Amino acid sequence: MELINSKYNEALERYQKKIADASVEDMVLNMGPQHPSTHGVLRLELITDGEIVKDVIPHIGYLHRCFEKHAESLTYQQTIPFTDRMDYLASMNNSHAWVMGVERMLGIDKDIPKRIEYIRVLVCELNRIASHLIAIGTYGIDIGAFTPFLWCFSDREHIMGMLEWASGSRMLYNYIWVGGLFYDLPVGFEKRCREFVDYFKPKMVELNRLLTDNQIFINRTANVGVLPLDVAINYGCSGPVLRGSGLKYDLRRIDNYSVYPELEFDIPCGKGEMGTVGDCWDRYKVRVDEIDQSLKMIEQSLDRLENELKRTPDFDPRAKLPRKITPKPQDYYARAEGAKGELGFYFIADGRTEVPFRVKSRGPSFNNLSVLPELAKGVMIADLVAIIGSIDIVLGEVDR
Amino acid sequence: MSFEDIKLLLVEKFGQDVIDGEETTGIQPALLIKPDKIADVCLELRDNPKTHFDFLSCLSGVDHGVADGRFGVVYNLSSIPYHLQLTLKVSKPNNRDENELPSFPSVTSVYRTADWHEREAYDMVGIFFEGHPDLRRILLPDDWDGFPLRKDYTTAEKYYKGIQID
Repeated sequence: MELINSKYNEALERYQKKIADASVEDMVLNMGPQHPSTHGVLRLELITDGEIVKDVIPHIGYLHRCFEKHAESLTYQQTIPFTDRMDYLASMNNSHAWVMGVERMLGIDKDIPKRIEYIRVLVCELNRIASHLIAIGTYGIDIGAFTPFLWCFSDREHIMGMLEWASGSRMLYNYIWVGGLFYDLPVGFEKRCREFVDYFKPKMVELNRLLTDNQIFINRTANVGVLPLDVAINYGCSGPVLRGSGLKYDLRRIDNYSVYPELEFDIPCGKGEMGTVGDCWDRYKVRVDEIDQSLKMIEQSLDRLENELKRTPDFDPRAKLPRKITPKPQDYYARAEGAKGELGFYFIADGRTEVPFRVKSRGPSFNNLSVLPELAKGVMIADLVAIIGSIDIVLGEVDR
Repeated sequence: MSFEDIKLLLVEKFGQDVIDGEETTGIQPALLIKPDKIADVCLELRDNPKTHFDFLSCLSGVDHGVADGRFGVVYNLSSIPYHLQLTLKVSKPNNRDENELPSFPSVTSVYRTADWHEREAYDMVGIFFEGHPDLRRILLPDDWDGFPLRKDYTTAEKYYKGIQID
């Protein structure tokens, strides 16, 4: 084998020396990759002094599935199922971001029929609720509250059932296509969806009483893992993590994409009600509030879909599908608000083929997780679990 | 601030030769920055109260192909207070020798989020970042051979570290 420039190995040697030194003076503790509160195959190497975490070195890549390499060898349409597998808890949001980027590059983003746009927003918001329910439920179980987890999962199952009805798949939908949809909504979906909203609203009140205002839960999360706003911005945090630090920043409002400008919703942000602005409780509360806002958006979309954008027999959700997806030579960074934050795709199209020259995906969890070593310095190990849970990572998106 | 204003601002601060060119044909215009200056340019754009590009949305390493022979890095900046977006690009020719990786200054000191993004660019495309605090591979194992997102990468389906796979 060729000799590799020693400069490129310096960082690795430094890291190995650090771990070797730490195992003499302190204790090196591996948390994960098979650990229930790392939410997937995340490995954290903790350098601990007793119960205090002195340093955290995250190791990721256990779930790396070569998304970018795949995207470079498949057409834009064929990559949609791969985007579903990035953040597999909110697949609709991923494919929506991808599809919007491709449509914008093709210049057909203004030609999409309103009904299709409203269906997209409807399923995306349903999926966002499902994703936040998992975040809340698993956060409870991290802290030691078992019941909310079961409640959240049983409620999420209604959403999974509805989306399966629409797309044919329970979690990985491949439902939103470039220029349209896989199918129109099934007959009776709107009614079923309304029933769900009516059923779910009192459930959220119950959940809030069980978990959000629970004194034990507040004691475990308030004033823990405080993330100041400037640090959050500098680390590229987005979504509920950034909003938890007190900034009303939501790409659905900033970029006004799809039909979000026509919908009325608020942007919840952390206020430090139980402790400091930007603590774990604030990040958790932002997700709870976002569920309410998503329900509001779903109701508004349903109103439109049942009235002026009613289903007609001749409506074909695949009518606008381009026969050949060959964007002009250009590069474009598409971004959208996924369930975890700013989801971006950077495309380079060469203009000759249907295959992108280069695709880079910016997973929100990837950036949100990178702030963990900063947050976790000097906390107790039990608090570290609370901090990881409050960031709400999905390893499918961190590793891609 | 418009794209032209930002360009003017950078020329005033760093002189004419900081900008190698621009791409204005696409949806998002991009500035091609002189590779050595990229960290200074980012710092200026972040701290100048007129621009305030405080958020690095995305950092992508790009292999422009064997025929082109260039490697580049693309910085997608965004300004939270002004709702602006800006694309910066740097690129350099390189002979694809694994002992002489294309090398650019690291912007980790300006945007901490660049830390992991640059590690990913190093891991996948084989771009070295001068001054990065911890430039190890991030998604692939530490002993991985080659850089998978390079256009001339051959997948390890027949061999692994010289050992034949049946």
